[in-house]
Amino acid sequence: MQELLSGQGLACERDDRLLFSDLDFKLHCGDVLQIAGPNGTGKTSLLRILAGLLPDFDGELFFKGQPVADDPDHFRENLLFIGHQPGIKLNLTPEENLRWYQSLYHPADTDHIYHALAQVKLTGFEDVPCYTLSAGQHRRVALARLFLHAAPLWILDEPFTAIDQGGVKEIEQLIADHAQQGGGVILTTHHNLSLPTELNVIQLGQSHQSETEQA
Amino acid sequence: MANDANPQLAHEKQRVVRREDGVRTSSWRAFTGTLKRDLLLVFRRRSDIVNPLLFFTIAVTLFPLGISPESDFLAQIAAGVLWVAALLATLLSLDSLFQQDMADGSLEQLVISPHPLAVMVLSKVLVHWLVTGLPLTLLAPLLGVMMFLPDDGFGILFLSLLLGTPTLSLVGAIGAALTVGLRRTGVLMTLLILPLYIPVLIFGTGSVIAAVNGMAVAGHLAIMGAMFMTALVLAPLAAGAALRISLNG
Repeated sequence: MQELLSGQGLACERDDRLLFSDLDFKLHCGDVLQIAGPNGTGKTSLLRILAGLLPDFDGELFFKGQPVADDPDHFRENLLFIGHQPGIKLNLTPEENLRWYQSLYHPADTDHIYHALAQVKLTGFEDVPCYTLSAGQHRRVALARLFLHAAPLWILDEPFTAIDQGGVKEIEQLIADHAQQGGGVILTTHHNLSLPTELNVIQLGQSHQSETEQA
Repeated sequence: MANDANPQLAHEKQRVVRREDGVRTSSWRAFTGTLKRDLLLVFRRRSDIVNPLLFFTIAVTLFPLGISPESDFLAQIAAGVLWVAALLATLLSLDSLFQQDMADGSLEQLVISPHPLAVMVLSKVLVHWLVTGLPLTLLAPLLGVMMFLPDDGFGILFLSLLLGTPTLSLVGAIGAALTVGLRRTGVLMTLLILPLYIPVLIFGTGSVIAAVNGMAVAGHLAIMGAMFMTALVLAPLAAGAALRISLNG
């Protein structure tokens, strides 16, 4: 399988605390990679580094074998990142929110937006303001972007937050389907993933803990 | 639902789009998309437009009440008062330029979109100007009447604000972008931005005073135009870089 994203010697220091160092990983097309570890061990920081939001790190990132720094726009076109904050405007309707995302990546297509919202069970909520929706529904609006945007690389920070059990199953299925179609997924979650495909795990926080124990 | 009638078709369409990875839309579409979204947001929260205008009106109104209602005296200070009030009204409205986007995560999405960040910043600054600078410019001649601004000054007051307020929005965006990652922004942004506002203020009031005194104003306006052009080219780049730094924190 073709290599999608890889990192070499990644290290990140925040507020004089070394979160991780010498981290190597390879994500091939069809892989699902989970970043695991206790709170505060740098899971979100690592995802933000991979998404290009945290330029303050050591090491190098490669997208399809090319350094990301050489052509960041090409990398960004192929990336779908859903962060801790869902990036949803409360004063806009789900449809208007998605229309903005669509304008960043794709030609306008209202049917496509309605289809994406139907997929996350928000049919009938397309044109009510988001502030009337629940936290789980906000997350669903953000997750509707997974149906909207054709990026091969997904980076998802806690995608299951506030989502009900049935929704979690559907998203797991979606992730598995995406991997099967040749995409790559990197995610953090405290939820026990049950995927039909093989799950790779990067465990953060262990080496650091053992170092402090030795000290 | 329109697409419920033919879910199969919709599904096929989705898969087709999915296969072509990285179909790129033009940065122009991203620009107008962001512009539309932000205008819609302002429309949903109309009090945001009213706030700076109200401040502007109140600040100008207080001068005759507080100092002197003499028409000769007011005519002398009219240009300065109007310009200072417009500048402060702009300054007060800058806080909100990136704050909301930062809090709800859409700023992150803007930064990692495959478009030049400067273009996206320009779109947000344009919205800011449309809802603060432009209404201030339109309102200023009206308040000029109240301040007994001599007849020769009105045209230039309008023109100088039309050239000056976009400069204020553009330069202000740098300060807003630099401080958006901080918990409390208030004073710091004012301190950063105010020195850069002073030249705009000096040439803005200077042009109106020159016009009232029957002197040539072309030089003043030319310098204001130059400041606007410089800000238009450089400020979005600087604000974009500042946003990346702010997100790093």
